[in-house]
Amino acid sequence: MKRIVLSVLGTVIGLVGLLSFKSHGHTAVGATQLPSAALNRTGAPATSPGSSSTGAPPDPSSSPTGSASATSKPGRNYDGSAVETQYGTVQVRVAVTGTKITDVSFLQLTSTDDRSAYINSQAGPMLLQETLTAQSAKVDVISGATYTSEGYLQSLQSALDQAGIK
Amino acid sequence: MTGPAAAAARRQVERCMGTVFSLDVRAPGVPAAAMTEAVRWLHWVDATFSTYRDDSEISRLGRAELELADCSPEVREVLELAERLAAGTDGYFSVYPQGVLDPSGVVKGWAIERASDLLRRAGSTSHCVNGGGDVQCVGGTGSGDWRIGIADPHDRSRLAAVVVGADLAVATSGIAERGCHVLDPHDGTAATELASLTVVGASLSVVDAYATAGLAMGRDAIGWLERLSGYEALAILPDGEQRATTGFRTPASATR
Repeated sequence: MKRIVLSVLGTVIGLVGLLSFKSHGHTAVGATQLPSAALNRTGAPATSPGSSSTGAPPDPSSSPTGSASATSKPGRNYDGSAVETQYGTVQVRVAVTGTKITDVSFLQLTSTDDRSAYINSQAGPMLLQETLTAQSAKVDVISGATYTSEGYLQSLQSALDQAGIK
Repeated sequence: MTGPAAAAARRQVERCMGTVFSLDVRAPGVPAAAMTEAVRWLHWVDATFSTYRDDSEISRLGRAELELADCSPEVREVLELAERLAAGTDGYFSVYPQGVLDPSGVVKGWAIERASDLLRRAGSTSHCVNGGGDVQCVGGTGSGDWRIGIADPHDRSRLAAVVVGADLAVATSGIAERGCHVLDPHDGTAATELASLTVVGASLSVVDAYATAGLAMGRDAIGWLERLSGYEALAILPDGEQRATTGFRTPASATR
């Protein structure tokens, strides 16, 4: 079921490529919906986790969703278009205050695993276990591919276009 | 992450170096000028180190139009750091990935860590600087620990893990969606044994390079990082299996 397609050695894409990942199939291991309750309240399109292959609907009417979001971000939110890539759908939301982007978040993010770790670097990185719940899976930031992928940057650009930010 | 502490927080997102940076300052009272300075710093680094710009110092140095002695002190600093990293990774980290000078693998992590230092010097005791998913955190969020999601390399809409803590750096290196971009500098072959490798430590300039080097190393990376003190790591294999250093524990109740 899992298909691994490792493409041939591409160009070294340096910074742009450093964090991009390749993807295969979808692993639907008891996904937990991640950041989302707040997002859905603002009328963001909700796709179910683990089913992006069934089509995460692009949402042309998603533009300004206002600041009523429970995330209390000042300013206005703009949703980028949902960009279909062969590696899945990517859609981001930007929060804008004045002419500054104050936040970029992902619409629909799910956690497939309860693995987590606790680090206290003052005592040397010591990792303790912590069980994730749907609520506690909320994250401040993400380490990984997404920020540098074409899909991410495209979705971001479309959100910025809506916001009128160059 | 919201609530009273968020009121005084400053947050800014900036496109730079072909990716997206975010400065997330939770400490109150940090002047806006410090954010501006940090952003300016990132763009200066890009202009100085970019291999995509013919007129960058790195490009000119690579073409031997500029001598190292005439470069900015930061260029010498980065190249010295790169030498130490190459030595510390048994040559798996290299600034000559294809025979041509390209310190990109160290520049971003170093630049982020410096931007974080800059905010700290401006009085911030609580912030997080993220560049393309490489993260340097100082302090906690103000109301607790930072929660850093690790993207699932097989499905970018999901998280494979969450790292929770304060005063830490997290970097993830993975197989590029447009092809393998990390090469084993010893033989020039592409790294394919790991889908992604996340390294956690205190300093992003080191952690970032270790993630790149470890990806090139492949399955041996976890053993290597296990032997280093002050670092923990999570590797995700092409079939989705996860391997981690012993400090990166799986909770007993890992089923939902």
